[in-house]
Amino acid sequence: MTQETTAKVPLLHAEQLSSTRGGRVLFDELSFQLHPGELWQVTGPNGAGKSTLLRMLAGLLEPTEGRIRFNGASLHDNWQSYCQQLLFIGHKAAVKGELTALENFYWQQQLTASPNTDGWDLLEKLGLLGLEDELTGRLSAGQQRRVALTRLWANKAKLWILDEPFTSLDVQGVALLQKRFAEHLADEGCIIFTSHQSLTLSELSPKLIDLSQAVQVYSEAAYD
Amino acid sequence: MINASMRQVWLAVLKRDLRIAARRRSDALNPLLFLLMVVTLFPLGVGPGPDILARIAPGIIWVAALLASLLGLERLFKDDFQDGTLEQLCLLPQPLAFTTTAKVMAHWLLTGLPLVILSPLLALLLSLPMQGWWALALSLLLGTPALSALGAIGAALTLQVQRGSSLISLILIPLFIPLLIFATAAVENASMGLAVHGQLAILAAISVLTITLSPLAIAAGIKMSVN
Amino acid sequence: MWRWLHPYAKPEATYRLVEKLLPWFAALTFISLAVGVAWGLAFAPADYQQGDSYRIIFLHVPAAIFSMGAYAGMAIMGGIALIWQIKTAEWSIPAIAPVGAALTVVALLTGAIWGKPMWGTWWVWDARLTSELILLFLYIGVMALYFAFDDARTGAKAAAILSLVGVINLPIIHYSVEWWNTLHQGATITKFERPSIATSMLIPLLICLAGFLFLTISLVMMRLKNEILRHELGRPWAQQELEKN
Repeated sequence: MTQETTAKVPLLHAEQLSSTRGGRVLFDELSFQLHPGELWQVTGPNGAGKSTLLRMLAGLLEPTEGRIRFNGASLHDNWQSYCQQLLFIGHKAAVKGELTALENFYWQQQLTASPNTDGWDLLEKLGLLGLEDELTGRLSAGQQRRVALTRLWANKAKLWILDEPFTSLDVQGVALLQKRFAEHLADEGCIIFTSHQSLTLSELSPKLIDLSQAVQVYSEAAYD
Repeated sequence: MINASMRQVWLAVLKRDLRIAARRRSDALNPLLFLLMVVTLFPLGVGPGPDILARIAPGIIWVAALLASLLGLERLFKDDFQDGTLEQLCLLPQPLAFTTTAKVMAHWLLTGLPLVILSPLLALLLSLPMQGWWALALSLLLGTPALSALGAIGAALTLQVQRGSSLISLILIPLFIPLLIFATAAVENASMGLAVHGQLAILAAISVLTITLSPLAIAAGIKMSVN
Repeated sequence: MWRWLHPYAKPEATYRLVEKLLPWFAALTFISLAVGVAWGLAFAPADYQQGDSYRIIFLHVPAAIFSMGAYAGMAIMGGIALIWQIKTAEWSIPAIAPVGAALTVVALLTGAIWGKPMWGTWWVWDARLTSELILLFLYIGVMALYFAFDDARTGAKAAAILSLVGVINLPIIHYSVEWWNTLHQGATITKFERPSIATSMLIPLLICLAGFLFLTISLVMMRLKNEILRHELGRPWAQQELEKN
């Protein structure tokens, strides 16, 4: 599934990625390119390898075969600048139950020295006002998810890799997040995400990577 | 985009760990209470005669210190691993080997340092001669950072293992032995009024070696577990 | 320079090589152990001080030496596995560990047998024996860590890191136990230090050393063959191997 585009250097270029976990081939010879302003969705049933693919793109996992290139150079050669341009929110939300929403947010800020966004503004935008002193562990799943997503409004990273960001969100939350997606894309950002739901906002039409034809056969080619 | 300085990130990780520990006070206190109780078991077990106790005091206190350190280790990285925070640390531009030392420091501040402070009390309970007290505190001060560093290696390697606690102990105890040997020798010598500089120097050297090399193993273990 | 080694990164190539070499090493093992052990236990002259009870060193010393050698070998393979991600290196770790642990146990048992006539007891916290005991714990740690993982590859990586940490600690542990022993010297004088050894005893000892070397290598090779087969079961060449037997 290769996308050809004129002149633009791809932000992220995945070449012939394949992954074998626990003896099962998840995907094989997967290639695609991500450009600024593009929205990509990885689809497929449970266990198809969607999270694995995203973690590979984030550099947390080594592909069994294939390479990933950021701005032309391999991930490892480019690691420092890649980290600065990457925002990854995995399956687990990276939110500490023992900290309040504000504290969680500020910690993320400190790690990335992001420009000073006012935490209160953000809380208000995300409908978390009034909960700022509650320990995040005591909030509902949807509220915890909102806390996890606060980064999306405060970070300047270009590439977003999001694993099931819509989980637990209610209707307003989903709408809010989709609006944010649109803003980010308009800003020349790039998003690749997985979700079991389809997007409802009309201006969002993602390019799809479908992993549902997972190769079940123990493939020779995957090794050599 | 502004990049956080190494020091900023390190301090942020340290402060966060300490704040979380403050909110879960029992997790931080339990190992120390355990230590106190274990030390009390010995007079009850071997009899309260001050001679015997003084003779075995350095060994008891140090073994109890090892066990107390082992207690809290499983949680060092596990919580962060399970809620995704560890992944985020892996994705920082700062090297993982560097950022994890902040967590090791937090562990030491919560486990090792209180031990150093408590040591006079423990020495008193076990009738250790007063001239040995400073050596005890010093040996703990020099040795416990290495305990935390080695412990972090064990914790990092066993992240994917379900009930890793006993496995961590199994892995780490042989590695603790040199520290145990030199620390107790120092305290014994001091109690008898002999010179201890040699033992303490070697203890310090082992500690420094451990602290310098362990971040590599810790980072390797975490990257392997996050995979 | 190491290019001739590259083909052996493929499991099948290593399997074939090991298959070819194993009979030779097995033969060498049998011959040298038979000669060395018989010579040492039966024909070498009795020791001036210890009489006949010293003969157990023909088993004890080689076992002790190779128990440490096997750990070093395991750590080296671990390093190779971690740096170059070579699967066969990863599988050599579970191949070597049990062999090394067994050698350590042999060293401990023979050490105890040696000590009984002299100390009157089966165990004494002598420097060498204590070091061997700690080495056994290190082996147990590596094996326990390896088997704690569902995924063998992750388990091998963890075991590799641990064995590297262990190998750096080994000299420190060894030195500190020696020092500890001199501190707490009881009534036992360690008879394991031989000031000089007569040639008539040295030669059977060397033969036994060679024998244990070949034994270790043969056992590791056998286990490596099994590990390779186990992990490559899905591959056609492995299926053929199984069908052959």
